[in-house]
Amino acid sequence: MPKAVAITGNEAVAEAMRQLNPDVVAAYPITPQTEIVQIFSTFVADGLVHTEFVPVESEHSALSAVVGASAAGARAMTATSSQGLALMWEVLNIASGMRLPIVMPVVNRALSAPINIHCDHSDTMGARDSGWVQIYSENVQEAYDNVIQAVRIAEHPDVRLPVMVMMDGFIISHGMETVTLLEDDVVKRFVGEYRPEHSLLDVDHPVTFGALDFADWYFEHKRQESDAEAGVSQVVISVAEDFARISGRRYGLFEEYMLDDAEIAVVALNSTAGTVKEVVDALRSDGVKAGLLKLRLFRPFPHRDVLSALRHVKAIAVLDRADTYSTMGGPLFIDIRNVMYDMPGPRIVNYIYGLGGRDIDLDEINKVFEDLKDIATTGKVGAPVTYLGVRE
Amino acid sequence: MATLRELAQKDELLTGGHRACAGCGAPVALRMALKAADTPVVVGCATGCLEVTTTIYPYTAWKTPFIHSAFENVAATISGVEAAYRSLKRQGKINREIQFLAVGGDGGTYDIGFQSLSGAMERGHDMVYICYDNQAYMNTGIQRSSATPLGAATTTTPAGTVMPGKPQTRKDLTAIMAAHGIPYVAQTTISHWNDLVTKVKKAFAVKGPAFVNILATCRLGWQIHPADSIEVCRVAVDTCFWPLFEVENGKWRLTHKPREKKPVVEWLKRQGRFKHLFTDQNRHILDEIQADVDRKWEELLRRCGEGSS
Ligand SMILES: Cc1ncc(C[n+]2csc(CCOP(=O)(O)OP(=O)(O)O)c2C)c(N)n1
Ligand code: SF4
Ligand SMILES: [Mg+2]
Repeated sequence: MPKAVAITGNEAVAEAMRQLNPDVVAAYPITPQTEIVQIFSTFVADGLVHTEFVPVESEHSALSAVVGASAAGARAMTATSSQGLALMWEVLNIASGMRLPIVMPVVNRALSAPINIHCDHSDTMGARDSGWVQIYSENVQEAYDNVIQAVRIAEHPDVRLPVMVMMDGFIISHGMETVTLLEDDVVKRFVGEYRPEHSLLDVDHPVTFGALDFADWYFEHKRQESDAEAGVSQVVISVAEDFARISGRRYGLFEEYMLDDAEIAVVALNSTAGTVKEVVDALRSDGVKAGLLKLRLFRPFPHRDVLSALRHVKAIAVLDRADTYSTMGGPLFIDIRNVMYDMPGPRIVNYIYGLGGRDIDLDEINKVFEDLKDIATTGKVGAPVTYLGVRE
Repeated sequence: MATLRELAQKDELLTGGHRACAGCGAPVALRMALKAADTPVVVGCATGCLEVTTTIYPYTAWKTPFIHSAFENVAATISGVEAAYRSLKRQGKINREIQFLAVGGDGGTYDIGFQSLSGAMERGHDMVYICYDNQAYMNTGIQRSSATPLGAATTTTPAGTVMPGKPQTRKDLTAIMAAHGIPYVAQTTISHWNDLVTKVKKAFAVKGPAFVNILATCRLGWQIHPADSIEVCRVAVDTCFWPLFEVENGKWRLTHKPREKKPVVEWLKRQGRFKHLFTDQNRHILDEIQADVDRKWEELLRRCGEGSS
């Protein structure tokens, strides 16, 4: 019987990792991810997993060790936040370039400077072009479910790419919710055994990982990587279908909330989507055709599906919890505007909000929808990029 | 101890046909080191001359399983490989005996990979780490490292009119690794094949981490004739610039004591990178280098419980 328990995001992710029982975990503590490492260490200490835990001396080494373990044919995981992810940057591209199916929960936290331990998405947005699949989670249940699905996505023969699973620092990582956990053996069967095509430990069939490509080969290998990304959406959908069968919970590339007939809509990631749903409900009861698109798969970007989900909307506001410092808005905005470029209809605006853990409240989101109503009526956009909830 | 004949009959795990320069010491060091292995070995290599010259896609000179990840993380990478092995072995998914070897140049070991190395040694992974120390960043065109000796000209410490080569002495990494308290640490070089193979054999045999520092020439960086590669290393030993010793479970032991300690200029004068020191203006640096070698040699003798020479 699946059981409902009240736990935090970090506890849920650690629990998912216990059930996944990876062969190797190498990790390093950083707020707000630290608890994941601590809780998992107790599982190791109590013999609840067969994992070899490598308590490395840095995140650079954490991901490096996980790359080694994965190349050695192990199911391998790490987890991090913010500065830790930044320190991994070099190895992120190595993991994807070597096509290693590593799964890494990331608890979103702002990047220094100024140093700040609270939530925004500047850490994982900085890694958006690293070739990793990126999946965002609204709440504790989704974080748990996504980590489990990520293993199947990463290891799928059409994908063989590393996957990051995101949740918001403190808001979700330390927020307690009632979630339904799967049975251990259900998870075990769902992910199955990992059988890599090549392994460093297959000493009778020695292979070289990480060879040097000159200009005569590098481009072809990178092109293959792009090709693999193009197949990710399909795998995400089929894994979600299998997951629905064991959990009853349905996932897609994104969630459409009251979007079918929406005239105005917000696009958002992670926990803020939950707050937006509240506002959409209130507006709907006042007869306003408001909706939400909550993106789940952000990399690779499911552009065709997003386009068909948004094409009928008159005015769209993209909420970004990170800036690109390009003066052209946040990363999600840039992508959504790109997707919608050929559509003459929708007007699109951007709100950058919540940096360094600044709360976003119902009033602020209401104000966004008020702006959208004006834009939908007049067809006119004032400033395309607005900073929300900041002292100017 | 294996005979040369026996070693010659063993498989070549690092084959010829790679693209290292003629006379390069690095592949010689690794070819010999792999002869010391009695079980299959998984090799990790840091970015550097050895890696780039042996793994040019679609070719590889390695007949062992091999991984290159980045410049500074070979110790962490092999930590992960070894952890995977322990995990899969414990689960009964593997039952072979396999050894793990991490290899880095001096740049990848003394400098940028030092943290990763120190961490891996402290965690006690069952691996051998070999540094092929050619005393500079050769792959990027002979820049100084913390292994570059005092006075050597490199492209970032060129012999100029006011700065005569590298102003600092080299870091004693072998001693630093010994201070980690790991079961086996050794220093050797390619001119002493027997010493090298014996030490790497011991390094593989111990349970837990072992570190072997191998002086290896770079004919371009050292400005030597390719045919002199082995001889220059022999003189490094004879002058006590590069003593051969090991530290086994904390016990220091000299493995070779030169019959007669030659002056260090015998070593310096064979290499173009020290040429500028043999001028009136710079001759005092030769004295400094000799004084430094003498002091370190005496210190080593004391550690090894040997009388002074
Ligand atoms: C993070 C990073 N910084 C710099 C480099 C450039 N780089 C590649 S190899 C190398 C020097 C290697 O020196 P060493 O480890 O002594 O090996 P050698 O080439 O001398 O054999 C440098 C600086 C790199 N690849 N990665
Ligand atoms: S440059 Fe030096 S280290 Fe590099 S391959 Fe040539 S001789 Fe060897
Ligand atoms: Mg070097």
